[in-house]
Amino acid sequence: MSFMQGIYLDNQSAMLPDPRVLDFAKRYLIEVPGNPSALHSVGLAAKSAVEEAREKVAELINAEDARNVIFTGSATEANNLAIRGTAMRNASKGMSLLASRIEHISVLNSMKDLQKNGFQLQLIPVDSKGIVDLQALERMISKQTIVTSVMYANGEIGTIEPIKEISHIVHEKGMLLHVDATVAAGRIPIDVQNDGIDLLTLSSNDICGPQGAGALYAGPDVKIQPVTVGGGQERGLRPGTENLFAIAGMGEAARLARLEMSDDSIRLKAIRDSLIREILKIDETHLTGHATNRLPHHASFRFDRIEGESILLTLDAMFDIQVSTGSACSSRTLEASHVLLALGLKHEQAHGSMVMTLGKSNHPDQISVVFDAVKKTVARLRALSPL
Amino acid sequence: MSDIVPDTELDCIGLYCPLPLSMAKENIANIDIGQVLKILADDPDAEKDIPGWAKRAGHQILMFERSGQVATFWIKRIR
Repeated sequence: MSFMQGIYLDNQSAMLPDPRVLDFAKRYLIEVPGNPSALHSVGLAAKSAVEEAREKVAELINAEDARNVIFTGSATEANNLAIRGTAMRNASKGMSLLASRIEHISVLNSMKDLQKNGFQLQLIPVDSKGIVDLQALERMISKQTIVTSVMYANGEIGTIEPIKEISHIVHEKGMLLHVDATVAAGRIPIDVQNDGIDLLTLSSNDICGPQGAGALYAGPDVKIQPVTVGGGQERGLRPGTENLFAIAGMGEAARLARLEMSDDSIRLKAIRDSLIREILKIDETHLTGHATNRLPHHASFRFDRIEGESILLTLDAMFDIQVSTGSACSSRTLEASHVLLALGLKHEQAHGSMVMTLGKSNHPDQISVVFDAVKKTVARLRALSPL
Repeated sequence: MSDIVPDTELDCIGLYCPLPLSMAKENIANIDIGQVLKILADDPDAEKDIPGWAKRAGHQILMFERSGQVATFWIKRIR
């Protein structure tokens, strides 16, 4: 049974892998049982698949050397390795950490874990559109700030950060910049050399690859240590037998993303812009994030006097349209999102959030259907609202 | 040490957002109004997050203690 009968607009939480990726990678589930560390021919075939995937991922982000790409089990694991591995390895140079207020919870929690071991954490403010305050960054950074982490783009509000300027500020102090590109990779061009990125996090399932793989790019000047120990896989930085199917799939997904990103972006941006234009016609509705400097597939809103969870459930149950409310963290606690609070919104304003992320299955004919459903949903919920 | 006897205790040592809050919500929903939930947490943000949630949810913080990195809260379910 397929669950994908309606209009699926939650491609950021999860998306189906591209069928071409599955076709490519399935042989590593059913034909090549090799362990890439084994020296025999089957092991070598598996090793070759991992290295081919590494090349493809390196090309997506223009890494100078594919050996600087380390495969992990997820983007969360890559964020942990980037932050904890770099901080612990370089603790003799300083014990200060910086992150934007709107980072993913895997970045913030990695830093909080380091806080318990004596590191100091400061959070960089953002403006009302989610753009990092560069002047605040300049004031806060020092030669003891061993890792600064700012995401390429935010998954909850779609805003793209000025990474090149941020890199310039961080590098003026001679320090390292980590960029979580989980939601941006495959959507907009990323060039780690031109952008001046030292560490970059990627996720397989966010670029239409299988779940179960992520990657960390660590530039040639970055000293890092493992956060889990075991055998010597992935230069010892991510020990454990490689998930061959997911890694091969991630590589193929990276190759397809590099080739098709430009056309996909134009197509999805047109649908996205129409959705935003229509939905903002509903009274007391606001766009969250930056109006123009945002991911091409991303539309996010907040509605006065109603809760995001009610919108999500009504759209799903009555119209078979799937959206999200924002971060997994706030979905779990039903508390206001830390991202929306960082924009300066009040708790009650931050509760009425709806995020739509487009993917390959979406097309322009769906715009009027979605608009009509959202309009009816908002009217129905406001009629019930005690606020 | 507090002499408040909790009706249930929640150990969130080593856990980070969103777990201390989501588990606190789940645990307080499982005690009766007037009963007390004791929470131990070492998330550096717990001292801000847990009282903030308790206030918004209408529960009463009876007592708070800090010992090293561990914050302990005694929260009375009010609603």
